[in-house]
Formats: sequence, structure tokens, C-alpha cells
Amino acid sequence: MESTIQGRVYKFGDNINSDIIIPGRYLIYIDRERLAQHAFEVLGEGFPAKLREFQILVAGRNFGCGSAREQAATAIQGLGIQAVVACSFARTFYRNAINDGLPIFECPELYPDVQDGDSLKIDLAASKIHLRNKEYAFPQLPDSVKKILELGGLANYLKTQLAGS
Amino acid sequence: MGFTIAEKILAAKSGRTSVRPGEIVDAYPDLVMSHTATWRSVSVMQKVGASKLYDPDRLAVVLDHIAPAKTEKNATDQQVSRNFARTNGINKFYDVDAGIAHLVLMEAGHVAPGDLIVGTDSHCTIYGSLGALGTGIGYTEVASVWITGKLWMKVPETFKIILSGKLAPGVYSKDLMLYLIGSLGADGCGYKAVEFHGDATSGLSVSERMTMTNLAMEMGVKCAFVPPDAKTEEYLRGRMDASKRYQPVIADVGAVYAKEIQADLGTLGPMVACPHEVENTKPIQQVQGTRIDQAFLGSCANAKYEDLEVAARILKGRRVHPSVRLIITPGSKQILLEASKTGVFQTLLESGGMFTNPGCGACAGDGGILADGEVCLSTANRNFIGRMGSSKAEIYLSSPATLAASAIKGVISDPREFF
Repeated sequence: MESTIQGRVYKFGDNINSDIIIPGRYLIYIDRERLAQHAFEVLGEGFPAKLREFQILVAGRNFGCGSAREQAATAIQGLGIQAVVACSFARTFYRNAINDGLPIFECPELYPDVQDGDSLKIDLAASKIHLRNKEYAFPQLPDSVKKILELGGLANYLKTQLAGS
Repeated sequence: MGFTIAEKILAAKSGRTSVRPGEIVDAYPDLVMSHTATWRSVSVMQKVGASKLYDPDRLAVVLDHIAPAKTEKNATDQQVSRNFARTNGINKFYDVDAGIAHLVLMEAGHVAPGDLIVGTDSHCTIYGSLGALGTGIGYTEVASVWITGKLWMKVPETFKIILSGKLAPGVYSKDLMLYLIGSLGADGCGYKAVEFHGDATSGLSVSERMTMTNLAMEMGVKCAFVPPDAKTEEYLRGRMDASKRYQPVIADVGAVYAKEIQADLGTLGPMVACPHEVENTKPIQQVQGTRIDQAFLGSCANAKYEDLEVAARILKGRRVHPSVRLIITPGSKQILLEASKTGVFQTLLESGGMFTNPGCGACAGDGGILADGEVCLSTANRNFIGRMGSSKAEIYLSSPATLAASAIKGVISDPREFF
């Protein structure tokens, strides 16, 4: 994982559920590209194509609520999104994102200040998000959990563990 | 200072004497449930080069979503899951005929008070109806638990919901939950464990408790519990394996709760969740008269025998409105069997309802898909946009009684006039 993530923001509201992120009928797939073709499509015209112009999703409360489908995190990665910053995440999405290697950050302070198209820089080592001239802190993941994310997800982590045992 | 149910179970399953909220532990679940997603976890095992399971007796595989197979792809995926279960000697394997995983596993006696259960489904919270800690995880993490036997878990804070009073005729625990979700919000209990207490809780049947701990997911809980009591024991008697010993886990008198919430069941009326979020709930008075095209009596929330019986009581001697399709998807084969013995099956058929095979059905996008502009009243737990087909369709959620009354009238209707 890179030490900084930089990119343009697309902003969502509260309670974006995992049925919106990827409808149930596509759960027969697990590959990123295939899932990405249908990510957020229920939101109507222009989705998901327009999301491909952005690198960071910013959302309100409870992002990823609802179904425990792991493909919600996979589909977002397939769109080329490099990180999601939300006021809060639903716990199933939170775990799935880490296990899928998708960096996520909880930072409610950022939300009111950021707009579509803004440029963000996330500094992982310093636990800071930079927007214009302002800095926003986010909590670090526990070390054991951070390791999973750093290795690109739980499958890679398992591989490493199995090779070591 | 004492401990809550979640704290006690997580301490026991991680080999600790005690744990407090915020701590991260390595916990060893008693049961790992995977449903139709099983083939995906099998693919992870192959990807990481693992072949050995930590303990095959801790796995349960139930093929419930899109069952039996609708497409060749479904059939192939199910074949992978079936072969995996056979090859690895998974005794708790249930094929496409059995029904919804949660209900099947509880009926079969695989869920005991005090158990820690994880699975590929967010509504694993339902296992708390029997005093077990159930919570959802993704398919990669299921594969990881298959292999290593454990997963990291953060000890949640616990909210205590104290129920008093008595539900009026025609009002059910589904109405209570829609009321709570509406007032607390979709993340009102985010990351929290919830315990239901109070005299009114002990008066509710195990079936009603299942609806409560299932719907609790829609206010963001990590897990939800009804403390085990005499009713729990009665349900478990004859179901549990004689060899399976369990020790009910209840909270200490001095347990620390992050919040206490009171609710008086006596003041509740029928509630309906309106499109497209479960937290968008309204008292029936504000939505009655809304036209419906389809009524879906199904899902792990409300397709248990008691739910079918409630609907049958209202529909007996009456007809489903000609412009409504009443689709009944029993939660399990056992439920269907019981309904066929007691006359509930016949009553529902004679009233104009149709049955599909047991399973998740239309709630998971199987038989009962909606077209543009159609309106469905459903007893399920989610009404998210596009969940049952067209993203231009609308889904309302209610109790089985409200559903039956509405199926007769052709519009969302108050069931209390039938009592």
C-alpha cells in the first residue's frame, strides 16, 4: 500500500447501503472489473461510468450498511477508487474493505468541508487528510488489522501466514 | 462491576477471564455458517493454497439464496459448494431444499445459548434470539475462519432495551422493531450489542424474538440478544444434540450498559417501512390506502410457522384482491411441512395465495421480481432500492398481519379490524 493516497472526490450522503453499491443479482461474480460495471447502477443515468473519474469516495454516516456482501468493497476497487473516507462505516463493510485491501478512513470532521471534485491527500503515516490548507486527523487502525490492509487484503495475509507456518 | 452477554461470550471464546468494550480479541467461533456464498470461500481456499480445515464440525453450509438453481452459473456454483461439503465431511450440510440458513440451523439444534457464530450473512444477528452471539462477515473472512479457526473481534459496548406493556391484538414484534429502527435510525445502534430486557420480553415467543434479533441488524447492531429463559429451553428441548452441552449466558446484575432505551409495547400500533430505507417508518394511518401489486410473505425475518399462521387466520374464508399477487415463500421445509399438517397451507392457497419453494426467495432476487412502477408489500427486513428487481419499483415492509389485511384489500391496510 502507498504511503499517500491522492485524488479527486466524489461525495455521497448517509446510509449508502450495499444493495446500492452492488445489487444482489451480480453477487454471482467476484472479479473486480465485472462487478464494477454494475456498481451504483441503481442510482440511475451516468452511474457507474462517472465515478471512474474520481479516486476517493467521501460519504456520510453508516456507509455500506445492509447486506454483508464482500463484493461491495470489491466493486468499488474495480472502479479505480483508491480510498473511502466516511463519517462512519457499517461494521460488515468496514471488515470487508480491510479484507479486500480497500483503504477506509473514519473522519466525520472532513465531511462538511469537502465538495465533489475537491482534491484530497491522505497521509497514512501521519494519519492526516489534507484538503486545501486544512488538516484533518483520523484514527489509526490497530497494528494487527493494519497489516491485513498493507498486504492488500486477507487472502494475501493468509498466504503469508500459511507460508510461515 | 459485572459483564454483558457479548462481553462474557467474547471472553469465553478468546480464552480470557474478562474483556471490556474496545478491546480486540482473537475469538474462536463455535459455528461458521456459509450459504450460497460457499463457493466463493472455496475459491479463496484455493487461491491461498490451503486444503485443511481447522475443524469440519464447526462448519455449516446451507444453500438458500437462489435455490434451486435458476441459471447454469448458479448450478455450477452450487455444485462447487456441494462437492466441498462432501469432500470435507461437513455434517451440517443442507441442500437447496432445506430453506433459509438461519432458520434451518436453529430448527436443527445447531445454535445454542452462549455460542459464537459468524457467517456470510448480515442477519446472523438472529441467533441472539436463542442467546448466541451471531454476526455477519464476508466470504474471504469465512475462508480464513475455516482454515485458522479464529478471527479478530472488537468487544462492543452494549445497549439495553427495556420492554414493558403488552402488544395489542394485530400488533407484533415486527411493529416494535420498525418503531425502534425508525426512532433510533439505521445506525442508531452502530457497532453495538443490544440486549432486550423487561417483563414484556419474556412474554414474547421464540418466533417473535427471532424477528427482533433479525431486524436489529437494520439499526446497525453487531449482535443482539434476548437473554435465554424457560421459553428458550423449551424451544431447544428435543432439538439439541444430546452430546451438546451448553451453559446459558446472561448478563450480570452489575453489567455496564452504554445506554438504556425504554419502549412500551402497549402504546404501539402497526408500523410500515416506506421506500427506500428501513428507517423510513410510519404508523399505518399515514400509509394506508397505498396501492400494492404484490404481497411477499417471506424472508428470515417473517416466514416462520407463526407468521404463516397469523396470515392464514386473517385470510381464512376471504380472498386475496384480484389485482394482488400474494407470494408465500416459507422460511424452511420444516415450516412448510408443519403448515401442510395444520391446514395453514390449504387456507393460504384457497385464499388465492401462491407458494414458492422454501428459501430466501424474492428477498434475495429469486422468484417474485418487480417491474418498473410496481409496489410490493413485504414481510422481509430490507426495502432498499432495486433489491427485488427494478430500481423503479417500491418496497414497503410490514408484519405478516398487515400483509394479509393489505392483500385482501389491495391497498396497505390496518390489520386490527380483523381481530
